[in-house]
Amino acid sequence: MSQATLSIRQISGHAGAAPGENVERDYQVCKLIDTTTCIGCKACEVACLEWNGYTFTDTVFDNSYQTMPETAWNYWNLIKFNEHERADGSITLLMRKDQCMHCADPGCLKACPADGAIVQYTNGIVDFQQQNCIGCGYCVSGCPFDIPKFNPTTKKMFKCTLCVDRVSEGLEPACIKSCPTGCLHFGSKEDMVDLAETRAKQLRENYGIKEAGVYDPAGVGGTGVIYVLHDVNNPEAYGGLPKDPHIPWVVRFWKGPAKWIGNLAMLGGILGVTLHYLRYGPKQVVHDHDLEGEPEQDKNRQDKNNGGRP
Amino acid sequence: MTASRVISPREPAGTVHPEGIITRYTLNERLNHWFAALTYLYCLITGLAFWSPYMYWLAAIVGGGPTARFWHPWFGLAFTVSVFLMYDMWHRDMRTTEADKQWSKDVEYYIKNEDEKLPPIGRFNHGQKIFFWLMLYGIILLLISGIGLWFVESIPWSLHWLRYLAVTIHVAAALATIGGFIIHVYMGTAMVRGGFTSIIRGEVSTAWAKTHHRLWYEQVTGDTSTKK
Ligand code: HEM
Ligand code: SF4
Ligand code: SF4
Repeated sequence: MSQATLSIRQISGHAGAAPGENVERDYQVCKLIDTTTCIGCKACEVACLEWNGYTFTDTVFDNSYQTMPETAWNYWNLIKFNEHERADGSITLLMRKDQCMHCADPGCLKACPADGAIVQYTNGIVDFQQQNCIGCGYCVSGCPFDIPKFNPTTKKMFKCTLCVDRVSEGLEPACIKSCPTGCLHFGSKEDMVDLAETRAKQLRENYGIKEAGVYDPAGVGGTGVIYVLHDVNNPEAYGGLPKDPHIPWVVRFWKGPAKWIGNLAMLGGILGVTLHYLRYGPKQVVHDHDLEGEPEQDKNRQDKNNGGRP
Repeated sequence: MTASRVISPREPAGTVHPEGIITRYTLNERLNHWFAALTYLYCLITGLAFWSPYMYWLAAIVGGGPTARFWHPWFGLAFTVSVFLMYDMWHRDMRTTEADKQWSKDVEYYIKNEDEKLPPIGRFNHGQKIFFWLMLYGIILLLISGIGLWFVESIPWSLHWLRYLAVTIHVAAALATIGGFIIHVYMGTAMVRGGFTSIIRGEVSTAWAKTHHRLWYEQVTGDTSTKK
């Protein structure tokens, strides 16, 4: 997707404010999703497709509101519907907007072997650069949220860009713009955490939702997308939101110590055989006439060192 | 010296010629060996490119990252086929014998080039045999884990530990085969002179056979005069 461009302060002959006016870009951006006011209308899904130029794909009916089981390479934003039984036995529908979390410590980026295929901007947006992607799928193993999706035709990986092309022009992401209930907010990380905490407090104190809280998992260094949840101790109830996400330790080991152990072992091997050669040299072929102490003769037309060839 | 060949492509390994030449590898054995070598080398170059950012430039010499990613698994499959053919050709010669065990105990003499202190061995020495089995078991692990890496998205989220397992096994098995490969190439080119020629032209001198593989020499020539 596009790299960040200049932001505008003033525009000549322009009615109203300049897009992006007064927007600072040296802060962490953040999207806040308040699951308690989401009504599952899927307007954000439509806005995402429209802005990013994708068309609707076939949906799957499984006797629920769920239109498809998970996000796809050309469907980056999906409302997950989860039937949930409350403690008193009543049923509620938990709805969660699923997309890339824009982790501060992104496992996808850590795992990726291709130079420049994934970048993290200073504003926190994690963005795939498809022109550099080799389609290896390592990011799939690195991501704790199962987000990167593969386009089998172009063999490139795709996911939500947090509308980096809009944000770099001072606009908010398309999904934010479309939300009719105002359950989506966008701004600086600081402001969004503040707003989220205020909302969670309100839910706890005014609505008696005792477990309400903010999901901003520390295991991945915090995220550029945060949630207000009814029950912050049970994020799994929202369909695939891990309680304590972190980059898998195997991926950390593989991309850290294993590299050094492996590289040293390979270098050691090459160094070892080189030193061996310098110390001991090649093995000589022993000829019968050598053993018998006879003078060298061209009996078998054999070269001492190159014993295989007449 | 004439360039005419003493050995013929169809004769079995171990055929002795009056010129003092023994057929060490048949044409099929040599072709398969070089097919394996080239396919392995391709996997090695592309695999190392994915392995470390400092070696990513290796991908450029085989056509760039996406091309390397596309072909690596296919060359891996070709290498697998080649190794299985090798198994079919050589596994009988690769069984560990009592002499091999003794040879391994005395491997220090082999390393120090004091070969006269080693027990005589057959067509392959124990080091070659270990390398053969290392590559066979290595490629089985590389194949299974490689298929996991190839279609990583098809491994469902509920089994995502398999994604991590695949990467671990693939790397560990690749490193093990690379270790063997370094020694193998060194032995075949620099250390045991005549070995490299034998896997290209298929022939060795009787003296070479007697020096490095005395039991094999005795078996194919029927000459036991050198027995101690
Ligand atoms: C048996 C068939 C094989 C298959 C199906 C296979 C498949 C794969 C796949 C899918 C990857 C991920 C990157 C990519 O997609 O290209 C990979 C990585 C790799 N492969 Fe293979 N491979 C095979 C054989 C081999 C062999 C013979 C070697 C020899 C050294 C090897 C060494 C590597 C290495 C070093 C990596 C990179 C690991 C890393 O990124 O840390 N592979 N392989
Ligand atoms: S598929 Fe692309 S983005 Fe994902 S790890 Fe591989 S090169 Fe990086
Ligand atoms: S959610 Fe996954 S794809 Fe998005 S930044 Fe985090 S690790 Fe990368």
